[in-house]
Amino acid sequence: MKVKEILPLIEAENMTPSADAEKEILCGYTCDLLSWVMANGREGMAWVTVQTHMNVIAVAVLAEMACVILPENIDMDKDVLAKAEAEGLCVLKSPLSGYEICGRLHAAGVSDKGN
Amino acid sequence: MSAVYREYKVEADDFTRAGEASADIKRTLKQLGVSSTVLRRVAVACYEVEINLVIHSDGGTLTLKVDDEGVHLKSQDVGPGIADIDQAMREGYSTADEEARSLGFGAGMGLPNMKRNADRFAIKSRLGEGTTIDMMFALA
Ligand SMILES: Nc1ncnc2c1ncn2[C@@H]1O[C@H](COP(=O)(O)OP(=O)(O)OP(=O)(O)O)[C@@H](O)[C@H]1O
Ligand SMILES: [Mg+2]
Repeated sequence: MKVKEILPLIEAENMTPSADAEKEILCGYTCDLLSWVMANGREGMAWVTVQTHMNVIAVAVLAEMACVILPENIDMDKDVLAKAEAEGLCVLKSPLSGYEICGRLHAAGVSDKGN
Repeated sequence: MSAVYREYKVEADDFTRAGEASADIKRTLKQLGVSSTVLRRVAVACYEVEINLVIHSDGGTLTLKVDDEGVHLKSQDVGPGIADIDQAMREGYSTADEEARSLGFGAGMGLPNMKRNADRFAIKSRLGEGTTIDMMFALA
């Protein structure tokens, strides 16, 4: 499933229109502790987090993730979004809770370890 | 593999620039044709060591060297040093302050992540002087 295809599924808005929404989502993860994410981050990952600072982008890019998903309409600063766009990383914002987002992605076939 | 040597200054408490050295190191190694598995391991360890310089140290330097043996990463800072290295290496141990924790740092996983990902890992520290970490990632 591509990043752009999960937008309706999790009722999300793409906060980074120029980033690559064609990227394939291979697996999913949720955690707000960055070292934990660093240890488990993978290529093609959809990462649900409430963290919104610059290092979220650094971690996601280093791990070659597919996208970052902010639950409950959490906002990310403009300069952080600009950094994400510069790196080609999609940041999505959803009104749903992290729990609901993960539930819907999992039901759609996105597992934590990938296929 | 052609020899590479690079140095990066990492400032204490500069959260916004944290991760830039790691990103550049990853880019450099990718251009050299380092395999994606090794690249990933270097990226994790490199990010953790860089962020520790920002959060815990008074500033330091990150050095990248590539030779026939592999990728060498060295972190050297000017203090404050670590009193008990065994304790610092334990998963879950952290002295990160409230601000750092609110940003998602302080799981106490950084040093264990480095050790797990590097083929060789050595840490030396002296209170009041600083900490030096040497890591090697074999190519192939
Ligand atoms: N360069 C350093 N200078 C001084 N102390 C350090 C340094 N690096 C690590 N430490 C000490 O070792 C502890 C453990 O480091 P580690 O990276 O494992 O966890 P953390 O940075 O606290 O949390 P996390 O990495 O999970 O965000 C730190 O809390 C700190 O007390
Ligand atoms: Mg750390």
